[in-house]
Amino acid sequence: MAKRDRLSGNEAVAIALRQINPDVFPAFPITPSTEIPQYFASFVANGQVDTEFIPVESEHSSMSAAIGASSAGARSLTATSSCGLAYMWEELYIAASNRLPLALALVNRALSGPININCDHSDSMGARDAGWIQMYAENNQEAYDNMVQAYRISEHKDVRLPIMICQDGFITSHAVENIELLEDEEVKNFVGEYAPENYLLNPECPMAVGPYSITDYYMEAKRNQAEGMKHAVQVVKDVAKEFAALSGREYGLFEEYRLDDAETAVVMIGSVAGTTKDAIDKLRDQGEKVGLLKIRLYRPFPAEEIAKALSHVKAVAIMDRAEGYSNQGGPLGADVMAALYRARSQALAVNYVYGLGGRDVRVEDMEGVFATLKQIAADGDAGEMYRYLGVRE
Amino acid sequence: MSYNFKETMSKPERLAPGHRMCAGCGGTIAVRNVLRGLHEGDKAVIGNATGCLEVSTFTYPYTAWEDSYIHNAFENAGATLSGVEGAYRALKKKGKLDETYKFITFGGDGGTYDIGLQSLSGAMERNQDMVYVCYDNGAYMNTGIQRSSATPMYADTTTTPVGSESNGKPQNRKDLAAIIAAHDVPYVAQTTFIKNFKDLHVKAEKAIYTPGAAFLNIMAPCPRGWRYNTPDIMEICRLGVETCYWPLFEVVEGKWILNYEPKKKLPIEDFLIKQGRFKHLFKKGNEYLLEEFQKEVDRRWDELMFRCSR
Repeated sequence: MAKRDRLSGNEAVAIALRQINPDVFPAFPITPSTEIPQYFASFVANGQVDTEFIPVESEHSSMSAAIGASSAGARSLTATSSCGLAYMWEELYIAASNRLPLALALVNRALSGPININCDHSDSMGARDAGWIQMYAENNQEAYDNMVQAYRISEHKDVRLPIMICQDGFITSHAVENIELLEDEEVKNFVGEYAPENYLLNPECPMAVGPYSITDYYMEAKRNQAEGMKHAVQVVKDVAKEFAALSGREYGLFEEYRLDDAETAVVMIGSVAGTTKDAIDKLRDQGEKVGLLKIRLYRPFPAEEIAKALSHVKAVAIMDRAEGYSNQGGPLGADVMAALYRARSQALAVNYVYGLGGRDVRVEDMEGVFATLKQIAADGDAGEMYRYLGVRE
Repeated sequence: MSYNFKETMSKPERLAPGHRMCAGCGGTIAVRNVLRGLHEGDKAVIGNATGCLEVSTFTYPYTAWEDSYIHNAFENAGATLSGVEGAYRALKKKGKLDETYKFITFGGDGGTYDIGLQSLSGAMERNQDMVYVCYDNGAYMNTGIQRSSATPMYADTTTTPVGSESNGKPQNRKDLAAIIAAHDVPYVAQTTFIKNFKDLHVKAEKAIYTPGAAFLNIMAPCPRGWRYNTPDIMEICRLGVETCYWPLFEVVEGKWILNYEPKKKLPIEDFLIKQGRFKHLFKKGNEYLLEEFQKEVDRRWDELMFRCSR
């Protein structure tokens, strides 16, 4: 039986972790993700979990210890934000190349500098090529649900890759919303016992992890990682289906909101999708055919499926909450435009950079984006394809 | 724990031959003899910071390690093994593991004194049940003999080259054993290859079987970096100890214990003259550099004697 509650995104993720009861959780505080290990430490202190909580001296060490624990055969994870993720950069690649199914609860925050504690996606977007599965949430419910599904995806024998469960700093991590929680037993049964095949603490067979591998093997190792990523798409769908049967909440690779017959559409990641839905409802009431494609799975990138979902759209705005400094826009823009090109799409596409460092996005801002798209569709010309939303020029 | 030389030496090797370390490398001598501290029947997970030891003993698809082994990166051997040890505790608690495991990690001085110091400090302060072994050869040998904070003063390295305006490394060595001892860990020891290795074997066993964090600092000469005649390694180590350059000591529960006091302290020249990296100190006109070096050795020895007298 589902339990209704009112929780912040951080608390919701912490509760999911309590229900999962992982083996090892090394952690280091950084705003706005600090509350996750903080809540969890109280679960440890009160005997609600039997996890080894290791309060390390840095994020580099939290990821290093998580890698050590996962290699040893333990279900492990950590949590971080922003500079904490940047500090563990080197380790992200090592976790992925070692095919370790560990989890990272990421609370998205702008990278320094200037130093800023508020939301944007520059942290996780920078890690998009590290070999981690990345899933994003619009709200607290999705953050919780994604966390519950995380290990089923990462530990799947066809995948065996680390997974980053992302939510927007403060906007969802600290805002309290109504939420439906699963029963502890339901989560426990859904996630199951971790049964690694090869691990350091296997008394039957010692194992060596982290070899020196030069030109004769490195490329095959990377190619194998890519194969795991390929399989992840189907696994994400399968796990979501099972989760829907349990919770009644359906997830896919992305969410389509009033997209079926839309003439113009927005593609985005994260909490501003909620704001965009409000703008869409308002414009739909006025007869405008507008829609949204909200990315849930960003790595691997479901390019074909996205291009298909947008195949009927005349004009599309791809919204990036991170700069790419390519003079072309952001990373999501590059990925979606490549997907449209590969599908020989005729849609006119523009790429907006928005919401950096927590810059607020209002319903009217998104109405403005749709008005621009309408004009683009009418003109048959995208004009400047690299734009900013809500910046003082 | 009584010491039996024959028994210790007849234990099976846990680092197999056929690895790619240089002939006469001090690093592998350190590893093989530390691992003799493990009781037969006990299992171990070995950690390793990036360095010569790692790239030469675990070149895919071959490993020289008989035990489970993990290399993660250069600066995080302490944190990585903390995670492994955490996993051990978790699996034990959950009844998923019956066997006894010990946790030993090796790092060179670059990975220990310098880039890995934070990670090491964290692991020591948390009193993780592990042994961190530094095989100290006094420079970044894997990348080609660059100075580290363990490099002795005046050593000629590729980043402190001797030249018309340079006498080699201008700074003194960092006293890492004292820094780790200040973490209040249950066991710290310094050793090297002396006589029949009893000092090293005994300290390794103590370090491995002392509950909580332990640190071993082992002077492990590098024939290429130090530029000495390779077969002379034992003589070099003996002179390091007899000149009081590399004293043998332990810090047990905060108590400093001197393990060996030379009957007659030899002049530092005896240690330095055998090493090409100090060749310039013996040029005419550079006598004052030898005096400075001797002064530093004396100062550190006095400091150690003071610590051990309390």
